[in-house]
Amino acid sequence: MDLSFVILVEMLYAVSSLILISAGLAVVFGMMKVINLAHGEFMMMGGYATITAVNLGVNIFVSMLVIAPITVGLIGLIVERLVIRHLYGRLVDTMLATWGLSLFFIGLATMIFGNTTTGISTPIPGFAIGNFQINGYNFFIIVVSALLLVGMLAVLKSTRAGLIARGAMQRPDMAAALGYSPNRIYMATFFCGSALSGLAGAVLAPLVGLVPTSGGAYIAKAFITVIAGGPSLIAGLFSSAGLFGVVSQVFTFAISPVIGEVALLVAAVILLRLLPQGITGKFFKGKL
Amino acid sequence: MPMNRRSFLSTTAAMTGTALLPQAVMASDTIKLGSILDTSGIFDAYGKPMDMAMRLAVKEINAAGGLLGKEVEVVAYDTQSDMALYSQYGQQLTRQDRVDVVHGGILSASREAIRQTMRKTKTLYFYNVLYEGGVCDGNIFINGVTPAQQVEALVPYAMGKSGPKVYILAADYNYGQITARWIQKFVAENGGETVGVDFFPLDVSDFGSTIAKIQAVGPDLVIAPLVGGAHLSFFRQWAAAGMKDRIPLASTTLGVGNEHKVLTPAEGDGIMVAYNYSQELDTAANIAFKDKWSAAYGDSGMIHELAVSNYQGMLTWAEAVRQAGSIERAAVIAALETGLSIEGPAGRVTVDPKTHHAVLDVHLMEIENQGMRVVETLPQRQPIDTQSVCDLKVNPGDNIQYEIEI
Repeated sequence: MDLSFVILVEMLYAVSSLILISAGLAVVFGMMKVINLAHGEFMMMGGYATITAVNLGVNIFVSMLVIAPITVGLIGLIVERLVIRHLYGRLVDTMLATWGLSLFFIGLATMIFGNTTTGISTPIPGFAIGNFQINGYNFFIIVVSALLLVGMLAVLKSTRAGLIARGAMQRPDMAAALGYSPNRIYMATFFCGSALSGLAGAVLAPLVGLVPTSGGAYIAKAFITVIAGGPSLIAGLFSSAGLFGVVSQVFTFAISPVIGEVALLVAAVILLRLLPQGITGKFFKGKL
Repeated sequence: MPMNRRSFLSTTAAMTGTALLPQAVMASDTIKLGSILDTSGIFDAYGKPMDMAMRLAVKEINAAGGLLGKEVEVVAYDTQSDMALYSQYGQQLTRQDRVDVVHGGILSASREAIRQTMRKTKTLYFYNVLYEGGVCDGNIFINGVTPAQQVEALVPYAMGKSGPKVYILAADYNYGQITARWIQKFVAENGGETVGVDFFPLDVSDFGSTIAKIQAVGPDLVIAPLVGGAHLSFFRQWAAAGMKDRIPLASTTLGVGNEHKVLTPAEGDGIMVAYNYSQELDTAANIAFKDKWSAAYGDSGMIHELAVSNYQGMLTWAEAVRQAGSIERAAVIAALETGLSIEGPAGRVTVDPKTHHAVLDVHLMEIENQGMRVVETLPQRQPIDTQSVCDLKVNPGDNIQYEIEI
């Protein structure tokens, strides 16, 4: 009984962390069609922003939820102005440019923070469920990613800004004709996408040992989740993260962590063979 | 002869040239030491202190008059954590620079990338890193601890402090696999039982489900030969789940690159490890070594196991050259094979003539307040794993890395 509850929490946690890892990429790649290979490095910078702020004496929750997203968002803004805005609509070129960016950010972080592992402790203690100890921080991640999904849905669906953003992504010419500058909308959207990546990196930072190359560990999972999710932003994110999280955890518990990782990749391959447009290319059509 | 500017310049240039000439001849009369290490890139946390230790040793040797009356000259290459560069610089060191000895290599992959080049070009090679054991090659000398030296000491100690049921979490490559087999062997020999073994790819950083699984099995002790930054997350998540006070932890790798200084005291305290070196080693040799290091580089906080191994490798080689009275490879190997000993910062290191590995002290330690407190010193442990498969006295031409059967 206790064990099944623990497993349930671990599954929810796995799903949540996939949502968190992929949310920024879903905005940048899913909405804006920019293949951001530097997504992992945006997360890495979110982690470093948090650790730096905490070491300077800032409250850890403020560092994670406010400082890190804003810092990384601003870095994203600069990147967008200098590099990305010249490449809209050129899918392959964005890939090359952002790959270069990822190398640049790894180098920069190495210069500033050195190539050693750093980290901070989790701010929430573990607690017992029956005979089992469980990481209290897992609940925090579950809550953050749930709020994130609800927040994204609310912004995109019920605010004017969300509507304009969605419109500009679909038909920039029409949005321009209606008097909105697609240029600015793209800029703002890229800022939001980067900030979400920064938030993910920040929230996951207390759980990992951070090195400048940490981003590499997330990038594959993020792309798999976003691509398998398909065209709908939030429904896609939720359904593919849900599927992959559960699959990998079932195999992790039943067999071993390696098989869990393998199962996630196999599930992705099978899924994309059956549903080349992603889950929401077939189901939940027209949903956000 | 009227002296104009042009002729003045040409004569002085010629004079300076002649003045430099004897020194140029002198320079070719030095002993050339090749060093090949990752001093940049993802392994630089290991490589940089190793490089500093090497330079410190050379400085001391030269300050004491050099070797055989000659100065030791360092030819160092940075392999940038790129395995491909090892073969390239290995060739350069042996064929172009024609060095007299090579010290270096960090990962097992890098050692294997240059070992055959060293052997073919008859260049003596020292690999000064703890590793998975089993290399049997007359041209190489290895002074790092092997799993048997470490695990043989660590397992009974850790089991004594906890209980007989052991769970193993290991990195999923040859080091972790082989070490996990050794742990299982020693757990069984000490009357215990291995209740679970899990392997993790090097980029896995989420251990939540594993921690739940461990609790479902309920071992008395967890031994974790995990490697690298991603795996450091395990120790963090273990503490975050509040497991630290419920099931004791031991590791064969934590701290080799000073990882324990990254964990907070709350996360790291009490983890049991066993190595050749600890900064907290309270011996005159270690205190003197730390002082020398501080004098040369300021902060002695970055000294770690591998740096000290590299330093001890340098001392061993220098002592062998002195005893041989020659820099010739055969003579130096013969001197090393007499079972020569040096006193290093981590205690006495003796060359095992049969395997070219090292007999050395292993210290059982507990991590305490971001340091490694020495609990017990096990003097002069033999490399029994490699000894069981390798005998260079019988097979001097052997050239293989044995996989150890357990």
